[in-house]
Amino acid sequence: MYLRSDERGPAVSSRLALRLALFGGFAVVLFAILFLRLWLLQIVDGETYLAEAKNNRTRSFRTSAPRGNILDRNGDVLVANRTSLALQVNPRKLPADPAERRAELSQLADLTHSTLKRLRKTMHEELKLAPAAPVTLRRDVGHYLVYYLQENQERFPGVEVQRVFVRAYPDGTLAAHILGNVGEISEDQLKERRYKSLVPGDEIGQDGVEDTYDGYLRGRPGLTRIQVDALGEPTPNGRLVSKAPAPGDNLKLTIDQSVQEAGERAMAERGLPGGFITMDVRTGEILGVGSFPTFEPALFTRPLTQKQVDETIRNPAGPLTDRAVDGLYPTGSTFKLITALAALESDNLQPGEVIEDPGVLVVGGQEFKNAGEAANGSVSLVEALEVSSDVFFYTLGLRMWDSGELQRWAHALGIGRPTGIDLPEHEESLLPTQRWRNQLYKEGLTDRPWSAGDNIQLATGQGDLQTSPLQMAIAYATLANGGTVVTPHVGKEVTDTAGRVLKEFSPKPQRHLRIDPEYRAAILEGLHDAAQNGGGTSFDVFGDFPIPVAGKTGTAQRPPHLDQSWYGVLAPYPNPRIVTFVTMEEGGFGAESAAPAARKILEAYFANQLAREASPKEESEG
Amino acid sequence: MYATRARQARPEPFAVRPGIAERLGLPYMDGTLALSAAALVGFSVFTLAQATKQDVPGSPYYFVDRQAFYGVLGILGMYLLTRIDYSRFRELRVGIYTFLCVSISLVFVFGFAARGSRRSFELPFFSFQPSELGKVLLVLALAGFVIDGARKGSEWQRTVRYLCLGLAPAALVFLQPDLGTSLVYGAITLAVMYVGGVRWTHFAVIGAALVALTASVLVLAPTVGAPVLKGYQEERLTSFLQPSADPSDAGYQQNQAKIAIGSGEKTGRGDRATQTRLDFVPERHTDFIFAVIGERYGFIGAALVLSLYALLIWRALRIVTLSKNSYGTLVAGGIAAMLLFQVFVNVGMNLGIMPITGIPLPLMSYGGSSVLATFLAVGILQSIHMQARLSQKGRFTW
Repeated sequence: MYLRSDERGPAVSSRLALRLALFGGFAVVLFAILFLRLWLLQIVDGETYLAEAKNNRTRSFRTSAPRGNILDRNGDVLVANRTSLALQVNPRKLPADPAERRAELSQLADLTHSTLKRLRKTMHEELKLAPAAPVTLRRDVGHYLVYYLQENQERFPGVEVQRVFVRAYPDGTLAAHILGNVGEISEDQLKERRYKSLVPGDEIGQDGVEDTYDGYLRGRPGLTRIQVDALGEPTPNGRLVSKAPAPGDNLKLTIDQSVQEAGERAMAERGLPGGFITMDVRTGEILGVGSFPTFEPALFTRPLTQKQVDETIRNPAGPLTDRAVDGLYPTGSTFKLITALAALESDNLQPGEVIEDPGVLVVGGQEFKNAGEAANGSVSLVEALEVSSDVFFYTLGLRMWDSGELQRWAHALGIGRPTGIDLPEHEESLLPTQRWRNQLYKEGLTDRPWSAGDNIQLATGQGDLQTSPLQMAIAYATLANGGTVVTPHVGKEVTDTAGRVLKEFSPKPQRHLRIDPEYRAAILEGLHDAAQNGGGTSFDVFGDFPIPVAGKTGTAQRPPHLDQSWYGVLAPYPNPRIVTFVTMEEGGFGAESAAPAARKILEAYFANQLAREASPKEESEG
Repeated sequence: MYATRARQARPEPFAVRPGIAERLGLPYMDGTLALSAAALVGFSVFTLAQATKQDVPGSPYYFVDRQAFYGVLGILGMYLLTRIDYSRFRELRVGIYTFLCVSISLVFVFGFAARGSRRSFELPFFSFQPSELGKVLLVLALAGFVIDGARKGSEWQRTVRYLCLGLAPAALVFLQPDLGTSLVYGAITLAVMYVGGVRWTHFAVIGAALVALTASVLVLAPTVGAPVLKGYQEERLTSFLQPSADPSDAGYQQNQAKIAIGSGEKTGRGDRATQTRLDFVPERHTDFIFAVIGERYGFIGAALVLSLYALLIWRALRIVTLSKNSYGTLVAGGIAAMLLFQVFVNVGMNLGIMPITGIPLPLMSYGGSSVLATFLAVGILQSIHMQARLSQKGRFTW
């Protein structure tokens, strides 16, 4: 720094010096005023002001934001909102006299189909979390109840009615299993990271895509902060700040409403429990997925009556179960595609190799027969797939019985493992392996270790196998697209209220397999012949279908139940875009129940193309 | 330029390669001034970090990040101006003045309306408020006009000319409408005239005219039915005289600010501060940031901030006396008055002794234009200081 002795300015005239001195003095006076005032406020009168500050109370109210809509891939609304009325009780306005209070609450309990005990519990819990705030007793109360309460207001002091948003389902049961529902956040959920900013009483998606994409759909509640006096009563004009609620973003699904409708209609027409799925083989976008029996998702927007509980949650037919994702069964012959691929890739079968099928295979004294005890003679892979020769695949199962090749390929294709779908998978699937059974045997949970018979069963999709239409669809899609194990998903994109795309979902494939194109072509040819060649197993269903397809029937034995009908189909052949899987419990032979339903789904998918081809009649390939 | 002069000043045999500090010009700067300004903006960032976490949902450091960025930018701007000879601005006075008036006027055309008044341009990264930079430009231009016109016309003519030059941009800003900033322009004009030597008698007349004008605007005009001020402006100006219980009322806000500061007592309420956290006090990141400091950090914090301002203004007044030419004296005087006026009116408003005028607290209130403009003003003070030091150095070594 410079020396102090340097500090000498230019000569300042005495007049200017006077003015500057006055300027400086003025500044000193101003600062003195500020300091004095500050000292007065904070040191001298600080206590008074602190008391005043503590007397200043506010109460904030959250106003719920409408959730975003859920749309199908073409923008048709699947889930929207409607406004409804919620019944609230303001505890401070309830009668002070315990007997009167009790009388009013028990009357309220009756009116809302609840019990006094349940009602007291709700109030107690909510008051613990938000003292002095109104407690919501029931959402979505009927208008009759509101009118009744308003007409008898003097009998129900402290009862208030508030507008809330409730989910509306314009298409009734359509896509009920994937949509899920919305409900109040539970205590356990409050602890989860993803619900960090929420408070008790907030509503979140509880299942299906409402749950998976809750963060996008939920929106942000508004906040109104008002000033209240020491008793908690709002002071006049005491509105301090209010933040408008931000509605949630819209979710567009990969679902195609017409495909979804066709699938659900086909399932309902047959009337058997089961599931279907239609998926893009290259992207994993699910165009339709459904389960029968189904349910009205709107049921869950209001409290269930006992009758409704019996019909849904307690119903032994399980209408709430999504049989396409969570329905686990042996698959019957639809599994043969996997067996064929495993045998070819592991050199247990040469392309073009012919195996003798006398109608039965005897292994270790045990007879494994063809369905219907037919004898197909010498068959190659393509023929074996076409006529669904069991002995051919029994032989393959026997060849791979202790090498684990079949399991390795099935596992790689996605059988018996989580699929990565953006929907909750509740059940655990099972791909029987040597190790699994031997472990059970060691623990004394089964009577015998792994044997060739187990693998022979698996080769034709029977026995202990427990897999879902979804897993099978992934396996078929993998072969169809040449080896990419796609991640199935129903979420397509998120758009804001103005329709701008905020986020697109295209989940990375699970993995890539190396599949020999020659093997792929041979298997697809076999499946094509099965569907559209004279002697094929599903020729009766698909023989006259104008678009070339490759499809496989399956008839799974599930004693004590009747046989389960399966059908898996890839279309169009030879370069499939979609895969459809259908299964129906107790539906019998594959071509009997599942294949006709699959055809209806394909008809919906190819509707435009079929209409176009209707005029110049094209040969359905020979 | 000065560096060469400094080197030439030394006899060749003793020539020393100037050190890094010398080359940066640090020895010629007013360190106290620079540090107090930097400390104020630092305290601002610190306060915003603690008090505005919940203000912008999803980004707790919205205000903090931006204010810190403006602070850094401001310090760079200050340093750049330090290295420029402020006397250049005197030659550019007409251009500066024209730019000032045009930029304020353009806001009417392209401006971004916030809360019913057009004050700023929306730029890609922040909104630029020309009237803030205008404060500094007005000082530079008006001081130039005063020096330049010192011998033109009679004394009365000169006084009227200065007044007109100063009040024209003030009127433009007033029409935006931004009453507070136009008052700052008025204060700057009067201060430059005062340091420029306008007679006391003239000030007496101006003072009398001001009193008459205020009376007619606040009392006469509304009664005749031709209000000059908008309702809220008048209400704010007079509210400190009548505290009110209505939260939508200016008097209420001021009363709440007073309660906030008072409740801070000696050491402050820290995170238990309710007044400034629960929206009792509005605009807590801008006009009422002093109330936040008062409540959170108590007398210790508030007095520290006031002391930093006292330090800043003391150094500014000192630079007035050091200046090597009278242009520098006038500019420094204008800047000192600008800072003093803003600090007094804003802190006074927070303390309930001045009306609510929407004048930001320099360097503390959140806002890019205000922070930048203040740092530029400090940079000009530094330039005056540096030029004075260099000329002294030259004189002494000769």
